[in-house]
Amino acid sequence: MLSLIGIVIVVIGFVLRINPLLVVMIAGIATGIASGLGPLEVVAAFGKAFITSRYVAIVWLVLPVIGLLEHAGLKERARAVVAGLRGATTSRILLAYFAIRQITAALGLTSLGGHPQMVRPLIAPMAEGAAENQYGELPTSTRYRIRAHAAAVDNIALFFGEDIFIAIGSILLIKGFLDQNGIHVEPTQLAIWAVPTAICAFVIHCTRLVLLDRRLRMELGQKSEQA
Amino acid sequence: MITLEHVYWLTGLMMAGVAIVNWRDRSNPRRFNNTAFWGIYAITFLAGSHLPDLANGSLVIGMVLVASIRGLGQGKHESATREEREASARRWGNKLFIPALAIPFITVLGTILFKRITMDGAPVVDLKQVTVISLAIATLVALATGMIMLRPPLFAPIREARRLLDAVGWAAVLPQMLAALGALFAIAGVGNVVSGLAQRWIPLDNPFVVVSTYAVGMAAFTIIMGNAFAAFPVMTAGIGLPLIVQKFGGDPTVMAAIGMLSGFCGTLMTPMAANFNIVPTALLELPDENAVIKVQIPTALMLLGANILLMNFLVFRR
Repeated sequence: MLSLIGIVIVVIGFVLRINPLLVVMIAGIATGIASGLGPLEVVAAFGKAFITSRYVAIVWLVLPVIGLLEHAGLKERARAVVAGLRGATTSRILLAYFAIRQITAALGLTSLGGHPQMVRPLIAPMAEGAAENQYGELPTSTRYRIRAHAAAVDNIALFFGEDIFIAIGSILLIKGFLDQNGIHVEPTQLAIWAVPTAICAFVIHCTRLVLLDRRLRMELGQKSEQA
Repeated sequence: MITLEHVYWLTGLMMAGVAIVNWRDRSNPRRFNNTAFWGIYAITFLAGSHLPDLANGSLVIGMVLVASIRGLGQGKHESATREEREASARRWGNKLFIPALAIPFITVLGTILFKRITMDGAPVVDLKQVTVISLAIATLVALATGMIMLRPPLFAPIREARRLLDAVGWAAVLPQMLAALGALFAIAGVGNVVSGLAQRWIPLDNPFVVVSTYAVGMAAFTIIMGNAFAAFPVMTAGIGLPLIVQKFGGDPTVMAAIGMLSGFCGTLMTPMAANFNIVPTALLELPDENAVIKVQIPTALMLLGANILLMNFLVFRR
């Protein structure tokens, strides 16, 4: 039971909005000590785990070129392209990105997307630009809501697309775990049973995106008529 | 052969560059904190594989203390005004998309091609890490294309990287910290304690209740751990295999596939999955760090409900 102290510290830390890096480090040290490691052993275990997880930071390598292109007007160009598309709305752009992201992830092309590479420089400015074309200058809160939706589309389409591809990490983990327990399954079978959920994810989230357009129209459409 | 280590060197060099640009920027009142933070981070990439674990752990503690107690700052100047960027956008037009779209395109191409290319019978890149290495190569190609096309000053890319990385701030390191925390949870056996609690307190004599407990447990445990991969072995060994498969005769393939996807519903709702949920709020400059999670919660809950029903209908179908 004592080993759950780390979870308690994380929850309290996030609720009190203490710097998450500090919270996570304290939770890690507390968990290690509760499980009987000495203080230096805990620091070493933490250091080792931090070093072996460095691969999650490699995505930051895109920042120099993305920054350079932003300096040269990439976001502004993305908005201008949307301005030239007739019938482009925030929802339609996000729907199109959702479909492309989910289908390509299902084909194993999970790297065709991501927040630093696609959402910040391209998808979020396009979704914002479409709303600007329809309603003029946007209130800050609306701008933030559209951006949050752009980030969410990338996550949801990825999570519920990638499991249809047989060589993805989660399918391999399932197969390995079941093999250890004496149950042998085919990766193709696992992938097939991911399809119903993928369809549900598409229907549910795309319905919400359509409702987002309706909400923007109700909030901002009236404003532009008054003006 | 190109390995992950080479990619780490490249990342370390970029972080060192960010530290140096920060050190020279007098418009940031906390510039030395930023220099220390990104400088230490650079060391973990450049030398981390060779340092003892204790030294690496001390470096991490140093970074955390600089970020949480001293605090990081940001330089004042915008890199270009909106008018300048709009003029530049008109000048370059759609050519600006070429380097940006080259990143995902070359990454995918690399993951496909590197598996087929060999030199003296050995692969050119470490095939276990082919996606990450392809991403690194793709960013270099895109950067070279951008430099040739736009002809900016030589150090412009690292200055721009500094601007974006300081906008993200300490959140850039959070996913890695959480991965380290997950490793300590595993050492301490947190998973077994949690599944023991679930088995003791929840009445598990009805198939629908068992399926619901398994799916909700996957989501809840993923919320705690930040990762469905950590939740899957624990919940499946604790509830899935003994009850759904052995007691009620469910199909393990359906259970595992939909169980993992129930865990992904949890990933959408937790700040512990920082790279998906917290980092984008920093990248998109949203003041509320839970903004993305708030947008995702309705979809995640509806989809979790859908998963429970799907598993209930499909797992016992034979």
